[in-house]
Amino acid sequence: MSAISGKTIAEKIFSAHSGTDAHAGDIVIADVDFVMGQDGTSPLAIRALQNMGVDAVFDSKKVALVIDHSSPSPIEGVSALHTMMREFGKLTGAKVYDVGCGVCHQLIPENGHVVPGDLMVGCDSHTCTYGALNVFSTGVGSTDGAAAMASGKLWFKVPETMKVTYNGALKPGVFSKDLILYLAGQIGADGATYEAIEFDGPVIDELSVEARMTISNMAIEVGAKAGLMKADAKTLAWFAGRGEKTPNPVGPDADAVYVRELEIDASTIGPQVAKPHAVDNVSLIEEVEGTPIAQGFIGTCTNGRLEDLKIAASILKGRTVHPDVRLIVAAASKQIYLDAMEAGYIQMLVKAGAAVVTPGCGPCVGTHNGVPSDGENVISTANRNFKGRMGNSNSFIYLGSPATVAASVIEGKITDPRKYFEGGEA
Amino acid sequence: MELKAKAFKYGDDINTDYIISGKYKFKSNDMEVMAVHAMEELDPDYYAKMKPNGGFLVAGTNFGMGSSREQAPLVLIHSSTKAVLAKTFARIFYRNAINTGLPVVECDTDLIDDGDELVLDLTGGVLRDVTKGIDIAIKPLPPVMAQLLADGGLVEHFKKHGGFAL
Repeated sequence: MSAISGKTIAEKIFSAHSGTDAHAGDIVIADVDFVMGQDGTSPLAIRALQNMGVDAVFDSKKVALVIDHSSPSPIEGVSALHTMMREFGKLTGAKVYDVGCGVCHQLIPENGHVVPGDLMVGCDSHTCTYGALNVFSTGVGSTDGAAAMASGKLWFKVPETMKVTYNGALKPGVFSKDLILYLAGQIGADGATYEAIEFDGPVIDELSVEARMTISNMAIEVGAKAGLMKADAKTLAWFAGRGEKTPNPVGPDADAVYVRELEIDASTIGPQVAKPHAVDNVSLIEEVEGTPIAQGFIGTCTNGRLEDLKIAASILKGRTVHPDVRLIVAAASKQIYLDAMEAGYIQMLVKAGAAVVTPGCGPCVGTHNGVPSDGENVISTANRNFKGRMGNSNSFIYLGSPATVAASVIEGKITDPRKYFEGGEA
Repeated sequence: MELKAKAFKYGDDINTDYIISGKYKFKSNDMEVMAVHAMEELDPDYYAKMKPNGGFLVAGTNFGMGSSREQAPLVLIHSSTKAVLAKTFARIFYRNAINTGLPVVECDTDLIDDGDELVLDLTGGVLRDVTKGIDIAIKPLPPVMAQLLADGGLVEHFKKHGGFAL
């Protein structure tokens, strides 16, 4: 690739953080602006640091550990790992977000730990979420995370970038979750492996920052290293009052070189559902309508934000969850929980029959808070539906938008949510 | 380094939840305890088959997709998996494997059947299917990763050099 060609967002961020003229394919050692770990990954990172003989982090303001995956602790083994994290926080000064604070991927941007133009790594594959905020953020394992915590640096292969443009406009009852599920169905679970994706187009421009995060969150589900978007006025407004760091928005050059460009007409997309047991096993809602469900779940780093709870509450207000169905709700953070109570959404959901659990990952990762029974179908707003994901290999997980989950729990079967929206077709 | 063992063959898109389920990975930092559950979702007998004599885990495309859990390569190591051979790997798993010292090899695994005897010479870059009497071409590791693996993983690399020396 010519050194004089324009650069993608990824190439620009890696250039700025490595002090090199970075192009796709280059190996660089780059400075990271932030490092995060959660309770499933931090204990191994702490052990790796101990094995390295390191007892400090490179900058205590740039490292945070989040207790969210199994929180509050359901068993003593987990309690011991949580204690290990709290002790590490005391030893190093790194921030520990404890039980009840929320999901790491909401807390890190919500507290202004990253801003547009930053490079960060997290010991969790959905760290790609902050790409929606113009942050090059990517998931790494515990040992890479430990190396970054110790040195403030990590080695990277600068990724090639695939550009996905969403044209047209979203139809009523169709949401950003449907856009990313549609893409997963089109390109498959390894459709963007080793690549960054730049999401662009008028549909992205129209989406709220929260809705954009749903899309970037699931970039990993097509194998991508990052799911990046430009920072616009909405992005900058979202960061106002969140910490002291100054955003440094990075856009692609007009002559940036993309490995592939995909144009999608959002106007033609209806509600999408990922069927068991793969995220790219996507179908139109019409094909799965009527499938009986025993549990619904609204929450996670994908769809546990205020707008998601608002959509669910607007459908469930004054209605009731089907008697044969449990509905579990988890706000993505304590702040969202409070905001949702202030707005009355939590009350509407609880009155309809929802069980609200602690802000955090909830039942998504199969440790607690709603493990399904043998043979049961679950409809969830999460990002993964692998066999056994929610803790029982003999259950079946369907993924959809908060609207789809809300509509489905009322009827006890997978239901097209469009009938609840003005101009909806169903 | 020459590794010799039998092939245990599995399919495409094996995710890290299948390598070690979330319901186990949060419970302990002891990989010997966790290893008995390795690959349980796909093959409940994996540990019993692999542990006594070691073996090669042979798969198709996109091996290790999904979560960043480093418990995935660690439970494979602790179940005596000598290396993973696949057509392609997911990015985070690939890095984690090298960092923790589990050899990962990209090659055409269609040429290998379950139960074949394999010899892998990582230094020489040769994979031989002894049962079939053929050599199988393997994609060399990127130099950065070859150096990390040669140092014994990222922790050992850091101990040796006091930081990144790539």
